[in-house]
Amino acid sequence: MVDSPRPQVMLQGAPPDDARPGIGASTSRIDGRAKVTGEARYGSDFSGGHNPAYAFLVTSAIARGRITMLDESDTRTVPGVLDILTYRNVGDRIKPGKTFDDKGYMGTTIAPLASDRVWHDGQIVAVVIADTFEAAREGAHRLKVTYAEEAPSATFDSPGLEIVSADSASREGEEPGEEKPQVGNAAQAFAAAPVKIDAFYDTPTQHHNPIELFTTTCSWSNGKLTVWESSQNVYGYQNGLAEQLGIEPSDVRIISPYIGGAFGARGSLTQRTALIAYASRRLNRPVKLEATRQQGFTIATYRAETRHRIRLGATPDGRLQALTHEGWEVSSRPDNYKVAGTDASTRLYACPNVSSEVFIVHADRNTPGFMRSPPEIPYLFALESAMDELAVALKMDPVELRRINDTQKEPIKGLPYTSRSLMQCFDAASQAFGWSRRTPEPGSMRDGDWLIGWGCATTMYPTQVAPAAARVTLTPQGSARIQSASHEIGTGIYTVVALTAADRLGIPLDKITVELGDSELPPAPVAGGSNSTASVCNVVAKACEEIRSRIARAAVTAQDSVHFGLDPASLTLTDETLQSADGRSEPLDKAFGRAAGGAMEVYAENIPHGAPPDGMKRLYRGTSSLAGGAKLKDRIQFAFGAQFVEVRVDARTREVRAPRMVGAYASGRIVNPKAAKSQLMGGQIWGISAALHEATEIDRRAARYYNDDLAEYLIPVNADIEEVQTIFVPEEDKLVNDLGIKGLGELGNVGLNAAVANAVFHATGVRIRELPIRIEKLLDAPAIRS
Amino acid sequence: MRPFLYERADDVQSALRAAAPTSQTSIPPTEASAQFIAGGTLLLDLMKLDTMRPQVLVDINGLERTHGQIAATAQELRLGALVRMSQAAEHPDILRDYPLIAQSLQQAASAQLRNMASLGGNVLQRTRCQYFRDPSWPACNKRAPGTGCSALEGVNRKHAVLGINEHCIAEYPGDFGPTLAALGASVETAGPGGARSIPFERLHNGPEVPNVETVLAPGELITGFVVPAGPWTRRSVYLKVRDRQSYAFGLATAAVALDLSDGVVNEARIGLGGVAYKPWRAHDAEAVLRGKPFDEAIAHAAAEAAFAGARAHGENEYKLDLGRRTLVRALLQAAKLEI
Repeated sequence: MVDSPRPQVMLQGAPPDDARPGIGASTSRIDGRAKVTGEARYGSDFSGGHNPAYAFLVTSAIARGRITMLDESDTRTVPGVLDILTYRNVGDRIKPGKTFDDKGYMGTTIAPLASDRVWHDGQIVAVVIADTFEAAREGAHRLKVTYAEEAPSATFDSPGLEIVSADSASREGEEPGEEKPQVGNAAQAFAAAPVKIDAFYDTPTQHHNPIELFTTTCSWSNGKLTVWESSQNVYGYQNGLAEQLGIEPSDVRIISPYIGGAFGARGSLTQRTALIAYASRRLNRPVKLEATRQQGFTIATYRAETRHRIRLGATPDGRLQALTHEGWEVSSRPDNYKVAGTDASTRLYACPNVSSEVFIVHADRNTPGFMRSPPEIPYLFALESAMDELAVALKMDPVELRRINDTQKEPIKGLPYTSRSLMQCFDAASQAFGWSRRTPEPGSMRDGDWLIGWGCATTMYPTQVAPAAARVTLTPQGSARIQSASHEIGTGIYTVVALTAADRLGIPLDKITVELGDSELPPAPVAGGSNSTASVCNVVAKACEEIRSRIARAAVTAQDSVHFGLDPASLTLTDETLQSADGRSEPLDKAFGRAAGGAMEVYAENIPHGAPPDGMKRLYRGTSSLAGGAKLKDRIQFAFGAQFVEVRVDARTREVRAPRMVGAYASGRIVNPKAAKSQLMGGQIWGISAALHEATEIDRRAARYYNDDLAEYLIPVNADIEEVQTIFVPEEDKLVNDLGIKGLGELGNVGLNAAVANAVFHATGVRIRELPIRIEKLLDAPAIRS
Repeated sequence: MRPFLYERADDVQSALRAAAPTSQTSIPPTEASAQFIAGGTLLLDLMKLDTMRPQVLVDINGLERTHGQIAATAQELRLGALVRMSQAAEHPDILRDYPLIAQSLQQAASAQLRNMASLGGNVLQRTRCQYFRDPSWPACNKRAPGTGCSALEGVNRKHAVLGINEHCIAEYPGDFGPTLAALGASVETAGPGGARSIPFERLHNGPEVPNVETVLAPGELITGFVVPAGPWTRRSVYLKVRDRQSYAFGLATAAVALDLSDGVVNEARIGLGGVAYKPWRAHDAEAVLRGKPFDEAIAHAAAEAAFAGARAHGENEYKLDLGRRTLVRALLQAAKLEI
């Protein structure tokens, strides 16, 4: 029996917001009311104006082969059916595009209606357009498609796979060797190491399943195309779509003010968008597609399954001597998509001998893509599980093993971390969790019929910043409008942008309007890699600084100003006044009137450290240049955290539940602690989801997804989640960017997979190296008496 | 989804008239051109997937007035077919005298679904086998007779291990059904041939002809259930083992009712869910317990008997073990109850 703190009520009413708005002020979302009242309009809420037609997709029932017959006759009899797109009438009318990570915009190069070829399960083989959604669906169900099927390769261990080294598949701009960080002689050091771990780890296929379905609405007017589609990359979509349709980017507008969940699924352009645009042009009428939940599993991207071999060698006192991380990742036949998380996993701990390699495993599948913490989730699951195994082998506390191998320099090139507070996070989280009461022996902590296990792991995420632009307009009445084509994927960017402007312009939030998610606004980078807060807030601050500077310069040269003769750099905008350091102040409207007649509008661009000099030009072409992480030449920048979890496993039937978790994070400056806490809590909950629940099952014979709905693809429900604690460890990092923001959108879920597996080992003595952790993997636990 | 005619019925006779078969040829009830709809929580899903294609929907919610009651007497519990799952789950007589029925309903589906779904529709819930539900899979004897069974060598982690054959290994996914089987309930129907009462255990067919799932005739309507009272119903448990804490189908479930005196089992009633082709009554396991002093060893022996004829097909191998453990745990819990 263990004296564990019982779950507390998680929500005790939201704490009040901090009184003065600004960077670091805990603030309720400024768009919160619009979201809960339905006023906020998501991609699926738009219908392209009056009288839209509706599209329904027909998707392939095979994973590999050719279409031999398309019989439309039954479909044509359905009243209201207007048009049917197939490879016969689309073909090369939609141009191929490159993938996002190949300097293009697409999630896949597989162009579904380009030919009779079927590359993967659920590929679009026809689009039926009708006056109503119901008629389009019925027409789609009545379309008869006949295939010549070829034996497909489904996943690891299937016949017919092509396996290539990711290094040999490097693309333009990538240095050879980038995919295989190494130093010293890992093989020799491993052979000589007194304590060794050598194990394989597997992570499953996962799908984002954002609540908002994959919807696209297109409308043409005078040769110009408007697209309403939830997007994490409106400039990328604009440029990519223009390329596919053979028109100018300036003739394409993407509108995406609110996004009903993205998690990476809306970062690259899917093939459906051009098809709907093309259908709309043929019919000269707005066309709306709302794909089904099932179709969402195959017409967009996903997290592919991965396999890892980790070899760790250590001295008896726990110092790592050798680390080898090999990764295998499934991709489609034509595309070399990979996440290659070795660039993080090889740099986490001090180790003199490191080697790594990543392999791409080509199968008859759709092309995978970004999904929250794409590289770190699978690669850190493997490494952090192996570290726990090493701690067990050494009979050492797993926190202490990490402390012994902590470092302020990454081991491959010896570059310094701009800041790294990993052990401060471990200490804060372990104290809050009560880790010192843990007894290390598996199965040694028990509460009645429940076996209790406590586990922990490191979480890390690269700090990345990208070129961005913003326009800030201040009116004589002291109201500000902030415009940038950034993306509200649920993380709260409207609010952090407003807080930045409030901070720098000294005005209250209710005088600030923020406009995002429209390709007609100044460009912002893709909402990916947790860069948005850092990228957008820094450029907004830069524009605000220009406004402050103009107002201050006008004041110090005006004899009627209290600030006459002062250094303009010493003046600040605070509480709707222009203030000097010695407390003199004058109202904002008065100071503003000297600097501008009407409104003052400032457009600013920011190119962060490490980004290419032509980064802004690339951004206007829809290509984001994320700089940071392990990709810099002079330093390395990551955010860190420590995650602890308690699992309870029924001694007889072996259900695993995770009632309690604590995460502590150091991530530089936190712009809105309230939203950041929510984001990290959500990440932790996703961690439980990934560790215990999520997996897309594949029929290995057919290479087809099986459980393609939310009844069978499980994520936690409220009853699964009890106590979720997050702790911010203060950290100042003046190097990463002017505002010291590290970004934390993807920090919260990375370590949980391993933490849960480590806790399950502690509860049961069974080491699960293949996610998700399910009952059947725990039934054979001979060490545990029922 | 395909166009269909929608009719409302206010009484049993008009419902039967609206759903009367148009031809004399015998077809499986699930393939009849007219289908009854109450909560619609299953039928609409399958219509959207194009798996069921009724031409007429007969809305029987109007029958709630006459068939929406719960009545408990010393002899029996009567449940109208239009009683909603949530209604029965919260009924004080059921909570007190038939806790396993309340528990099976509380742990089924979600609150929203329980508020909509009728008991009559619930027992006719169809399998979650995706090879059945998704018509893009070519082989499924239940959906397209004679095409084979994709699940035998496919994804079958959730499939049945009891009451199966080589034609079909689909699991019956419901929770209420196993409790009715355990308690020896009967189902009352009205149909073109008049009213009848069918032992609940005989309502569902085995997999000999997988697309003929029940003994109901096309156009025959379930009007209610009768659960006989017995000294075992109060000492009862419905245990559901599943991947997550709520809103998930059972991997293995056990509906257990015991009549114990002085530690000896006078009577045992056992239903199993999540592991069987149809709502399953474990007669052999009951026989092991009957007349014996109850202890953990006899619970294990009962579980062995319950799964003696079980067969796995790969991924669902664990259900042989998990099913036994679930039953043992349920029996131990029931035996420990203070009543």
